[in-house]
Amino acid sequence: MSLFKNPYDPNARLACTCGAHASQAAHEADAARLSERAIETAVLKALFPRDAERRRFLRAVGANTAMGAIASLFPLGALQAMAQEKGKLEKKDVKIGFIPITCATPLIMSLPLGFYEKQGLNVTLQKTAGWALIRDKVMNKEYDASHMLAPMPLAISLGVGSSALPMNVATIQNSNGQAITLAMKHKDKRDPKQWKGFKFAVPFEYSMHNFLLRYYLAEHGLDPDKDVQIRVVPPPEMVANLRADNLDGYLGPDPFNQRAVYDQIGFIHLLTKEIWDGHPCCSFGVRTEWVKENPNTFAAMYRAVLNAAAMAAGPENRTTIANAIAPANYLNQPVPVLEQVLTGKYADGLGNVKTVPNRIEFDPVPWNALGVWILTQMKRWGYVKGDVQYKSIVDQVYLMTDAKKRMKEEGIASPADMPKKIIVMGKPFDASKPEAYVQSFAIKKA
Amino acid sequence: MRERAKSWVLSLLLLAVLLFAWHLASLPKASATAGMDPEYAKMMGLDKPKSDGLPTLSQMGATVWKQLSNPFYDGGSNDKGIGIQLAYSLGRVGLGFLLAALIAIPLGFVIGLSPMVHRALDPFIQVLKPISPLAWMPLALYTIKDSATSSIFVIFICSIWPMLINTAHGVSSVRREWLNVARTLEAGTMRTCFEVILPAAAPVILTGARISMGIAWLVIVAAEMLVGNLGVGYFVWNEWNNLSLANVIFAILVIGVVGMILDLLFGALQRAVTFVE
Repeated sequence: MSLFKNPYDPNARLACTCGAHASQAAHEADAARLSERAIETAVLKALFPRDAERRRFLRAVGANTAMGAIASLFPLGALQAMAQEKGKLEKKDVKIGFIPITCATPLIMSLPLGFYEKQGLNVTLQKTAGWALIRDKVMNKEYDASHMLAPMPLAISLGVGSSALPMNVATIQNSNGQAITLAMKHKDKRDPKQWKGFKFAVPFEYSMHNFLLRYYLAEHGLDPDKDVQIRVVPPPEMVANLRADNLDGYLGPDPFNQRAVYDQIGFIHLLTKEIWDGHPCCSFGVRTEWVKENPNTFAAMYRAVLNAAAMAAGPENRTTIANAIAPANYLNQPVPVLEQVLTGKYADGLGNVKTVPNRIEFDPVPWNALGVWILTQMKRWGYVKGDVQYKSIVDQVYLMTDAKKRMKEEGIASPADMPKKIIVMGKPFDASKPEAYVQSFAIKKA
Repeated sequence: MRERAKSWVLSLLLLAVLLFAWHLASLPKASATAGMDPEYAKMMGLDKPKSDGLPTLSQMGATVWKQLSNPFYDGGSNDKGIGIQLAYSLGRVGLGFLLAALIAIPLGFVIGLSPMVHRALDPFIQVLKPISPLAWMPLALYTIKDSATSSIFVIFICSIWPMLINTAHGVSSVRREWLNVARTLEAGTMRTCFEVILPAAAPVILTGARISMGIAWLVIVAAEMLVGNLGVGYFVWNEWNNLSLANVIFAILVIGVVGMILDLLFGALQRAVTFVE
């Protein structure tokens, strides 16, 4: 972004704000298409998780046939129209809460890079000290919308860990982007079977971090409730506790995995991408009541974040984004650390430079099946008890359903439930049989 | 006078020893980049001196200078200069403290004057007094539904007890003879309260207020670290989040100095109302 380049540099291009277009007009025209592209990309990626399959399919049938076929079962036009429709904003000043981690990238970068402004919104981003406080401030109506862990809106809607309040997930903020970091002294204990008695930390009970760590440990035969200790620790304290020898490791959000490496305290054992490639992590949560009261403001926010997610999805923009979100007002972290997280070219702490371009991804569609998977894990570990109405709960919370309802009103066929394949550590998940999935695990509390 | 000069010299000596110990503790370690892939070293941030860990004296000096040279800068809703942060904290402390004084002093008067009320309220005071103010925070957030008001409430609840107890004690221990003199002069209750009891109890009441202010200043930092949203405590938390020790130490120094100034202020007030019998 030329915003961050030196305008006096004779080699700099001052063409448009992102530097990729010949003129500002061309940039704007392209930006309008970004949200359409975001949705199309998400759908195609979901249908064909592997690039090779998609290429083969497109080559075999041709792009036009493919578009027709996909549109027949998945009304792209309606989704795009929904993302584009503009009405008078009910509320211009919007307060959004966030935790300073890279998971919130689209939500945060929308401010310094002007995505909110473009939608006519005056957004205040409020840095918040912890997840419980995010929950309380959303419930208090201090925040209009907030960065949340993907399981939080489900837990709040269910009234698990707090009183119940209907919530919605507008978009998934990021997929992948977490890691298991271990203290330097464990660099020879790479087999989880050697981890008995370890003390681990996760940022919050209702988090993908907690569920993924438990899943990973259980797959290696460790009972997360008996064989190890899992504590809830705020991310910056994870690094400090690792230094103080108070923790053996953590499954935490970035940049705190990379920060432990940067400060020579720990190493990255594995990226959560290796547990479940494409797992959701954080979400963009709103109170249902607020969406009903401010539908146009909500749509504007939705568009801004979709556009930001589309920009963040491009690897070529990642350095720009790292620079935009590093200042004290946002993440308050050294740029080199954020750059390594976002570009996926990073030092692992053991002397190797690794390149994993999809270390963190930005895929905004809140597929219902993701929510169902989260609920199965909440059931598995005893956070919810009894009969869980998996589908109806997720349908109420994840706004995929709202899109479906709107489409029905417009007389358009609604999209398939979940074309995306979920495979966690080699085990496929069928969202239509959640209870059987819960029962299929050897180690569980339910 | 010579004694005073000696104590000054001793203070300076202690400071020098402290700074020298700091200097030794923060000496840069031998570079670990030898034999390392230069790209890896750069990713680890080893290609230039680091700002994490215990800062050296010169880094600390630079931090203090940087913060103090521009105390009122405004870098957005989450990034403001130390002056603005202090103003937020002092505002919260002031408001909570004032509210506490408005309730504690009149109530303390009543308790001090009437042994019956004292006995009735005593169990409540004894149970509520030892509760850590921060323990009220979740309850406050849940019921008040506003984090700024909640932190003011926490200041209120922690400052009320020392003032209440001291006022009651001060009022109840006004010398009998003075009250008897007032009675012989047929002074009304109000007049006795304002012209005899209040001046007599003022030094003790202000001792209570001074203790309250000290506690309030301790608590606000912790409360703001919990709730965030600007203030000195938030500043500490935000820099802790960045694992920047230099800025955290700077904040600690500022908190100490401001606390000392507040205490001196109340000390002066106390002297102003004290009389020699």
